[in-house]
Amino acid sequence: MTPLIEVRDLHFHYEDGTHALEGVNFVLNAGETVALFGANGSGKTTFVLHLNGVLHGEGSIRICGIPLSKETLPAIRAKIGLVFQDSDEQLFMPTVIEDVSFGPLNLGLSAEEAMAQAKAALEQVGLDHALNKAPYHLSAGEKKRAALAGVLAMNPEILLLDEPNTFLDPPGTNNLIQLLKSLPQAKLIITHDAYFAAAVANRAVFFEKGKLVAEGTVREIVERFDWNYPDFAADLRYSAQRRF
Amino acid sequence: MHHVHVDAWSRGASVLHRRDPRAKIVALIVFLVVLATTPPNAYVTLGIDAALLIAGILIAGLPLASLLARAMIVLPFSLTFGIISWLAGDRWRAIGLIEKSYLSTAAVLLVIGTTSLAVLINGMERLGAPRMLALVTQFLYRYLFVISEQAQHMRLAAQSRQGDPRVHRQGRFRAAAGALSILFARSYHRAEGIHRAMLARGFKRQFPLLHTLHFRSSDAIFACLTAAFLILVRIQ
Repeated sequence: MTPLIEVRDLHFHYEDGTHALEGVNFVLNAGETVALFGANGSGKTTFVLHLNGVLHGEGSIRICGIPLSKETLPAIRAKIGLVFQDSDEQLFMPTVIEDVSFGPLNLGLSAEEAMAQAKAALEQVGLDHALNKAPYHLSAGEKKRAALAGVLAMNPEILLLDEPNTFLDPPGTNNLIQLLKSLPQAKLIITHDAYFAAAVANRAVFFEKGKLVAEGTVREIVERFDWNYPDFAADLRYSAQRRF
Repeated sequence: MHHVHVDAWSRGASVLHRRDPRAKIVALIVFLVVLATTPPNAYVTLGIDAALLIAGILIAGLPLASLLARAMIVLPFSLTFGIISWLAGDRWRAIGLIEKSYLSTAAVLLVIGTTSLAVLINGMERLGAPRMLALVTQFLYRYLFVISEQAQHMRLAAQSRQGDPRVHRQGRFRAAAGALSILFARSYHRAEGIHRAMLARGFKRQFPLLHTLHFRSSDAIFACLTAAFLILVRIQ
């Protein structure tokens, strides 16, 4: 079965010479949710920005079997949806419905079709009451949902989420976990939150200085790198009893 | 914030709200030209213009007092130049500057209070305004709130470490200058982030439009009647 994301020997350095990615290999299969751990500046976001062609490095990237290139970019961006860490950067249109329709319209859909898909996506994230609201009137949790709807409206096969529970309070995080678990798409989630990762992901990888240095279950990765908490196993047992 | 209120006004459903933005822009331009060419002591003409404006505000169902109060935002600028002109001995020029700037601002508020920004910008583009100007206006409007919120946070952070405000006055100016430069840098980074988010959702250098504009005969009649009335009052 063709992997949804297949990255081989990806290298990237910024204009100032900083090596951000060094020989990254990664595979994401259908139905998987992978947590992407790593310290700040380890290359996680840079890596994710390569997957839908916002950044261009050296190496091979195939999305749903299609090699990523300038010519295939429109097809690939229709398959891969990227939710940014800061929702204010993603919600740039005057109203929620216009913002969520932005992607479908760019895919070439008519205004009526785009509107229908946007409404369906907003309903999916529980934000169908806020169609004509301005983005700055939304709470942090609602903004995150609206940003996610903007991506879901494009019917992607893969979701990339950059620290999706940043700025969310615990109930907001729990709602987001429920929502993400209900979505059928394969997901790659950048996060620093071991609890969040344990609740949504079935695999984890670890980035260090631009290299993907380990992969395994969330528990294996968290324990190996002493990520977040010294007694994560006990905390994980506690979190399993919580209502996520 | 001003633009939050005006944004709420623009979601009304009055006969003025329903007019095509191009008709309203044409009527506004005629209003501004007529106003600019009216002598400052032509009180009857200016009075009729003001009455038309008030009638428009009432027909649109906008709060009259609130809109007229918000139009005063222009007074600190026009009063400054008005006082300079008055002191220079040009009394009519001073009066003209103040009354015309105030009426112009109220007219602009009436148009943006009855037209959502996206539709207004769409109308501007259809009338031949440069695309770059339209895009910059749209983004400026959207991110004004975000940037001002950041500025308020920085001000609070500065105040919490300020101590006695009567001392280190020079240091406060330096801190304000530093905060301003950081705000610029943050805005630049945010612009990069927004551009990335747009590219990630398939942006192709052309803003797609969800709402298409329809210029009906009623819009043409509205624009023509308003323009004709204003011109007739002016040349009488």
